[in-house]
Amino acid sequence: MPVVEARGLKKYYDGVVAVDGLDLVVEEGEIYGLLGPNGAGKTTTILILLGLTEPTAGEVRVLGYDPAREPLKVKRVTGYLPENLGFYDDLSARENLLYTAYLNRIPEREARKRVTEVLELVGLADVADRRVGTFSRGMKQRLGIADVLLKDPKFVILDEPTSGIDPEGAVQILDMIVRLRDERGMTILLSSHLLHQVQRICDRMGIIHQGKLVAQGTLGELGAVVEAGEMSFEVRTSRVDEGLLEALRGIEGVTAVEREGDLIRVRASADVRPHIARAVIESGADLLELKGHTYTLEEIYLRYFQG
Amino acid sequence: MSAVFWKELADHLGSKRFVIFFFLILIVGGASTYLAAQALSGTQQGAEFIYLRLFTVSGGGLPSFLGFLAFFGPLIGVVLGFDAINSEFNRGTVSRVLAQPIYRDWWINGKFLAGITALAIAVASIILIIVGLGLYILGFPPDGAEISRTAMFFVISVVYLGFWLSLGILFSIVFRQTATSALASIAVWLFFTLFLYMLAGLVADQVAPIKPGVGADVFAKHESIRDLVLRFSPVALYEEATTAILIPNYRGLGIAALLQEVTIPTSPLPLGQSLLIVWPQLVGLVALTSVCFAISYVIFMRREIRST
Repeated sequence: MPVVEARGLKKYYDGVVAVDGLDLVVEEGEIYGLLGPNGAGKTTTILILLGLTEPTAGEVRVLGYDPAREPLKVKRVTGYLPENLGFYDDLSARENLLYTAYLNRIPEREARKRVTEVLELVGLADVADRRVGTFSRGMKQRLGIADVLLKDPKFVILDEPTSGIDPEGAVQILDMIVRLRDERGMTILLSSHLLHQVQRICDRMGIIHQGKLVAQGTLGELGAVVEAGEMSFEVRTSRVDEGLLEALRGIEGVTAVEREGDLIRVRASADVRPHIARAVIESGADLLELKGHTYTLEEIYLRYFQG
Repeated sequence: MSAVFWKELADHLGSKRFVIFFFLILIVGGASTYLAAQALSGTQQGAEFIYLRLFTVSGGGLPSFLGFLAFFGPLIGVVLGFDAINSEFNRGTVSRVLAQPIYRDWWINGKFLAGITALAIAVASIILIIVGLGLYILGFPPDGAEISRTAMFFVISVVYLGFWLSLGILFSIVFRQTATSALASIAVWLFFTLFLYMLAGLVADQVAPIKPGVGADVFAKHESIRDLVLRFSPVALYEEATTAILIPNYRGLGIAALLQEVTIPTSPLPLGQSLLIVWPQLVGLVALTSVCFAISYVIFMRREIRST
């Protein structure tokens, strides 16, 4: 049974579309990266998975429970690290975690033991009794991970775990995430707009854009998708005839050739511009303009991969 | 829910603003009670309900303790409530807390109960200190009727302050900024404690103007209209309700009751009868508090939790 199974997820906020027909499957024991620019719908998707907001349409199952109907069952086994993480600044790290433990109905003695354990795990044991108000951003983020681990979840959702953290701190946090999967067998869903940072640790990734999942798979699969992706070119020549169109259709990799007045639109699965140019010249016409290459997927892909 | 309750209670009791307001009311209330006790100290044991008069008699230019509580009490309530929810949003603790396996209403219920408990602790300790002061100055203990009436006074006061607490919580949900909700709460407080009294007088003057030579019926109408307007205010409701509880001779409100008092020999009423007189006011107070909290509850349950 997959840990997360979402079908046709939709969410509108006052008429604005945040998530638009999203399908998502996260398998047990994997690190799944939900990637996309700010405002793509990542956080909304996560809030729906946790039952913190209700989807306008669609089916969701998290560990077999419907978050909209049984939010408590979902939250009992799911840890969540929000994007703008906040703690009670005038309480110490230990007191903050103890509060979380009590909210999870962990008995006093057990709670104290676990709090000490998780604080050691994230390397905050020696500042456990300092006020959280004095913590740096990176320390708060690690405290957030401790907070998530406290209830010993099966499934962990991390929203932008590395944003706003220096590269060294980010590496520490990413290593910690990998250890959670390897040592504790947790399933992890993380969201990020910094693809180059998280691609290293994700088993599978989904690229989310304007509320839709536009690509999904391992790093290799995503690369293959882009290579096979569609490009389109606009060709303007001095003269257009059927012979030229036939010649263009004959180029390897070209999937469609359409004529729009004196403009020829060529769709192809690879960059065929040199072949197009040659075909035009050989037909006896002059090449006036050759432009385009709208990488439907790669455009998005590049934007993330080059961070 | 108990986890939320105990944390919020500890936060309240340890917070600087609670301590400041507690001592403010304690000092002012203590001073007015001390002066009241001075004024009453000639009275012999057996004089009726002397402990209750500690709360209602004013002396030395200071208003009575009751007046102080009616006026400043709302501030304590508001101060405990005005940043209950929006500060959690601003700190970014909302999504973290609500991602824990608790129902969303536990959170707001826990906060409300913790606030009420903190208020009850404050009021109870101030009343006990005043009774202790009375014991010291007057030199004899309160009797059973005085104790039961004081207890009733305590309950009404907690409900009254609870109204202001729930008003503060409501504003903390409606307004995103804590400063806005604090100012809005103070505006409502000023409106009910000051402006509504002026407004009531104005309305009464318009409807039943008192000119030289008008009959008693116009006076009565003037008073009843003034009372009618004032009863929209929880402050007035509280003052009426506690006056009836703390002054056992109190028969009713308005000029008609005053006229009756001249003709009917006054003797103290039993507690049950006093309660009966101000039952509408009591119900009104409880209703105001519940409605205010219910509105907060509904808005909060429907509020979308966005992380930003």
